[in-house]
Amino acid sequence: MFVGPSLILMLIFIAAPLVTVFWNSFYVTKPQYEKVEVETCTPGFPKPKCTTAVKQLPLLDENGKVVTETSFVGLESYINVLEPNRLRAALEALDWNALNNIEFWQALRFTLLFTLVTMPLVIGTGLLIALTVNGTIQSIKGPVIFVSLLPFIITPVIGALSIRWLFIGDGILTAALEAWLDRDIAMFAQGWTIEILMYVYRVWHVAPFAFVVFYAGLQTLNNDTLESAIVDGANRFERLRYVVIPHLMPLIIFVLLIHLMDAYRVFEEIVGFSSQAYVISLQWLTYDFLMPDEAGTRSISRASASAMLTMVGIIVLLVIPLRRAWRDRRKIH
Amino acid sequence: MITKPIIFAGAMALIGSGAMADCENTVPVKSLTNAFPAYVIMTDVMKGCGNFEAELDKDHRLKVQDVLSSDPALYTIVGVANATSVPLFDQELVRPLNDLIEKHGQNLNENQFITIDGNVLAVAALFNTQHLMYREDIFNDLEIEVPTTWDEVFEAAETIEAAGLVDYPLGGYYMAGWNLGFVFVNHYLGEGGAFLDENNNPIIDADKAYLVMERMKTAASYMDPEYLVSDTTFVTKQFQQGKIAIANLWASRAGAVNDPNESTVAGNIKMAAGLMGSAQPASTVWWDGWVVAKNITDEEAEAGFKLIAAAMDPAVIAANNDAAVWLANGFTPGLAAVGAAATAEAGAPAYPATKAMAVMHTALGNGLSAYMTGDKDAETALADILADYEVAAKEANLL
Repeated sequence: MFVGPSLILMLIFIAAPLVTVFWNSFYVTKPQYEKVEVETCTPGFPKPKCTTAVKQLPLLDENGKVVTETSFVGLESYINVLEPNRLRAALEALDWNALNNIEFWQALRFTLLFTLVTMPLVIGTGLLIALTVNGTIQSIKGPVIFVSLLPFIITPVIGALSIRWLFIGDGILTAALEAWLDRDIAMFAQGWTIEILMYVYRVWHVAPFAFVVFYAGLQTLNNDTLESAIVDGANRFERLRYVVIPHLMPLIIFVLLIHLMDAYRVFEEIVGFSSQAYVISLQWLTYDFLMPDEAGTRSISRASASAMLTMVGIIVLLVIPLRRAWRDRRKIH
Repeated sequence: MITKPIIFAGAMALIGSGAMADCENTVPVKSLTNAFPAYVIMTDVMKGCGNFEAELDKDHRLKVQDVLSSDPALYTIVGVANATSVPLFDQELVRPLNDLIEKHGQNLNENQFITIDGNVLAVAALFNTQHLMYREDIFNDLEIEVPTTWDEVFEAAETIEAAGLVDYPLGGYYMAGWNLGFVFVNHYLGEGGAFLDENNNPIIDADKAYLVMERMKTAASYMDPEYLVSDTTFVTKQFQQGKIAIANLWASRAGAVNDPNESTVAGNIKMAAGLMGSAQPASTVWWDGWVVAKNITDEEAEAGFKLIAAAMDPAVIAANNDAAVWLANGFTPGLAAVGAAATAEAGAPAYPATKAMAVMHTALGNGLSAYMTGDKDAETALADILADYEVAAKEANLL
């Protein structure tokens, strides 16, 4: 009874789109065309130009809508996204460059690396801030917490854009780096510098979230345990290793899971840094398929296939820590 | 993305307000257009007529089709260019304007009309192409001749680089995606190449394509190394800030590079004809103009069209003469139009706007960046582009 409304909302906003995307990834909707000879006059400079040519025009029904035909294509869209033949050839030849030249695998490479590199950094930085704030005197705690949270409040795209403007061309930070290192620097001229900027940006942006969670956890830490550890002669590091971290472990797992889900869907960084020439992610690939070109053509089917593959990837990534956590729980009880 | 044009609109309003067309509008009209200066000027005039709301968006091409296919349409009038107009014309989303032109179009001339089988479907406001812009002062200092081909540009760039007068001798809109694809299209057409046969099968000449790709790489070596994130606005700013000496740029920016309010080198930038390929100019001819939505009432359509006519009043055009190469009456080709006129005279082809070409353009824009970064060699890049085109074209039932 009580879960009714939320169940209905979940059906409408989560289950239904998911099913639609799943369905779309196996079907292709094609507009139907006819060939017609038309005379077209366009402006010239200074005189207009007229040409007569056979054009391929979409068939329109009586309501003026384009006639389309939807057909089942099986796994074709998945094959078009994954390009298994090229993958096999690249793997057999052990050619890393060839593998990196296939869009999907290039995107997967970055997405995985991005997720795995930022994960420990986010948790580490978050924990560090939480411990530092916990150790500061009571009177300045409020302002310190507020300032530490600021990066998380900023909309991701805006944050990425601001970092981009600090570094692009002769942005002030690039100019400062150039003055300091006394050499010409172009942060957006090669892939690895953009990637580093992306990692740094994501850690800067998400660490406050980890901080808030860990800070809340620290408040429930039993002081008696800590004091007895001190009495037992445990130093600062040992107290952290054997008392604080075990206490925070469930929260660390929680932050880790949320971060895995979030980071695997990396997208804002690609758009914000307009890095698509060098670095692309799986979400960006879906977005690129979905964007209409100049004449309004989209690749809905491939976009759906790529979205489904992203979801599968997240599930695979989540299963590993979830199974561990589950096993640990069973051991305790 | 939206605020910037609005601030810009404010600034332009101060300049353009000298000429207000005699108009009064009582029916609410909304417009969606690109955001470059000419549209700012025209929509400002429309605002002066009342009951008008403008949306200026440089990514408007992603929206036009959707906003016009809804019923009622979300915008009354829309600014389009030759490539963006293709799906609108094909799907009959815009209304024929012949009767409205008869009633309210006294100020318009025949060269502005885009006519398909006798129906005027769009009214062009300006002519656009890409042509050479260069720093005359630097060219005079170093005694460089004005280049007419890309090889001459590279020679000039070499001299300028050696003299060290600017950060980078060349500027170019090489941003990955549409822009980068467009650079290729222009060069390749200049070599006399063709993209698609009548059944939309790709017929790209590999030798010509490799030549063009190599030339693009050479050009890039004279540019800011961040060229793959550089769009037309970025190049315009590089000119204004005196960072580059040569660029092959859109004619619609010819006014801005010499605008004393924005440019530190105003008056020093001269226009010349677009650069020649071995067959024809490596530039394409575009028009930009207005269409009226089909899915609106006749009353709204009439009000919208009257605003379009008012925005292209000869007095308005004359007051903003150098902001664009206007097709509308009242335009006297000035210094800013020299390059565009010369390019058109040299026989620059129209951009081959079709549905299949749009798919090809996207494939080129995405596929060429890996070549530019050095991740792929020319053969792999071209093969991938063609494979990408084939998949996308089949999915769209174009093959």
